[in-house]
Amino acid sequence: MIRARGLVQTFKSRQGREKTEVRAVDGVDLDVAEGEIVGFLGPNGAGKTTTLRMLTTLLRPTAGEATVAGYDVATQSKDVRRAIGYVSQSGATGSVARAGDEVIDHGMLYGMSQAEARQRGQELFSQFELDGMWTRQPKTLSGGQRRRLDIVMGLIHVPRLVFLDEPTTGLDPQARANLWTHISNLRDQRGTTVFITTHYLDEADALSDRIIVIDHGKIVAADTPENLKSQVAGDSVDLEVADIAQAPVVAKALDALTEDGDRVVVDGRHVRGRIRRAGTAVPGLLRDLTQADVELNSIEVRRPTLDDVFLALTGRSLREGE
Amino acid sequence: MRFLRESYIVFRRQLRMNLRNPAWVLIGAFQPVLYLLLFGPLLKPLIGALGVENEYTFFVPGMLVQLGLFGAFFAGFGLIAEWRDGVVEAERVTPASRTALLMGRLWRDLLQLFVQALILVGLGYLLGMRAPLRGIVLGIVLTLLAGGACAAASNALALTTKSEDVMAPVINVVMMPVLLLSGILLPMSLGPSWLQTASDYMPVKHMVNAVRNSFLGDFTVDKVLWGSLWTVALFVLAVWWGTRTFRKENA
Ligand SMILES: Nc1ncnc2c1ncn2[C@@H]1O[C@H](COP(=O)(O)OP(=O)(O)OP(=O)(O)O)[C@@H](O)[C@H]1O
Ligand SMILES: [Mg+2]
Repeated sequence: MIRARGLVQTFKSRQGREKTEVRAVDGVDLDVAEGEIVGFLGPNGAGKTTTLRMLTTLLRPTAGEATVAGYDVATQSKDVRRAIGYVSQSGATGSVARAGDEVIDHGMLYGMSQAEARQRGQELFSQFELDGMWTRQPKTLSGGQRRRLDIVMGLIHVPRLVFLDEPTTGLDPQARANLWTHISNLRDQRGTTVFITTHYLDEADALSDRIIVIDHGKIVAADTPENLKSQVAGDSVDLEVADIAQAPVVAKALDALTEDGDRVVVDGRHVRGRIRRAGTAVPGLLRDLTQADVELNSIEVRRPTLDDVFLALTGRSLREGE
Repeated sequence: MRFLRESYIVFRRQLRMNLRNPAWVLIGAFQPVLYLLLFGPLLKPLIGALGVENEYTFFVPGMLVQLGLFGAFFAGFGLIAEWRDGVVEAERVTPASRTALLMGRLWRDLLQLFVQALILVGLGYLLGMRAPLRGIVLGIVLTLLAGGACAAASNALALTTKSEDVMAPVINVVMMPVLLLSGILLPMSLGPSWLQTASDYMPVKHMVNAVRNSFLGDFTVDKVLWGSLWTVALFVLAVWWGTRTFRKENA
């Protein structure tokens, strides 16, 4: 569905007298199969939107090439546009227009008849729980309703592939979870390929078949959420000792289980470290500690999250700078 | 056909939003009326120098071009607001022709200008302006082309600068010489020869002259042709520029 090789986008910007060149996207290769939901994950300014704008023909790549839905973005842009839907990060509806009119006009620009666009629009309105909003002005809608309206606009012409640029930013957790259901339904019911950017880990994790991580304009990883997480060496284990004097004993026992190079951290009563297959290793650890007369207050074992993955891949936490 | 249909969809959307704004409708209608009633009388003492029998025969054509140019110069400001709402990007991601995205907007500006022209000419007629019908028709057509050129240029400028703060001074810089050197308000023939020579380099002066002569029923080549050619040339150039910005617009 999408195949990109060596995509580059540079922006020239001027700060005072100094001209600087920003390499917003720096040699991106992407492959997305038909019917996949792919999460495009990266911190602010990583180049997600810029990549999307190149794939949707809004921005001509500085270098590199891409085929989207079987057409070349540079030379067959009209065919690409016909096949895809795009929901931009910033929304797409005029603030004083009426929601329904905007949807119909948008559909008609894709060549649908007015009646067709109206019918499909009303279907989508009820599907996305926007009943009764047809004649409202977008500026009077809540943030979540407006975001769903943007998505309706992007789906009006039944595209085979949709690009969603941070569709859930600014929504409350319930509305986000709700939108996830809508997005999975797109694929499950219609076989639509979905390319969705986000900087929420849980979102990429919950929604995507595959995750592509971008940082500083470069792809740093592309795999299933499971595989990405298993790349991180092990699960994190946090042991709390009852007697602070026994912490070194616990640290020594935990250290014996961690991989070389991974450090065990002692923080007051807490001893933390990463061990592979914690589920099978921890019972043995507990038995040894009991034999050594160590009393534990609590134990916590956590599977790695995508944040851990990002930290391992880039040395920075995804949440930094948010 | 596809092109016309797409332009029409964009035009209809623009018109719908404008009509919903009563200020737009009222200002559009009253602008020509105010100019005629408040500025026209000032020209009465100059009838002799102007070489016309009624001051409105001189004034209405100039007013037409002025409305055409200056109203249209501001068309781009609305486009900046639309760009900020994400509407431009949403339209650009559809397969619609880029020229249609511009044309639909121009049609809206031209319709507004056409209605204003009718008000202006109708009211001018009541006030004593006299002109042959074909002169009026040609004059209005030239005005529409000139207005279309300015609106297209204004849209192009809007998408290039994307900022009202940058655009406003640019428009002022362009408008000043146009207003002063085009003989819109008073004929350049009233001024000293150096001023007349300077104004010869101003395409708008030839456009104003063409419209004015056509209202006078004087269709000879050197009176109407050059101004008309200028008008058409500027129109084509501006539409080309506008289309290019819709095609390339870089975030
Ligand atoms: N039109 C532009 N001109 C100059 N620089 C730009 C332009 N658009 C983007 N950039 C720069 O390119 C880099 C990547 O921006 P981009 O919008 O692709 O990031 P993003 O991953 O979408 O971030 P976010 O999560 O904040 O949306 C940023 O450093 C940004 O400042
Ligand atoms: Mg972005």
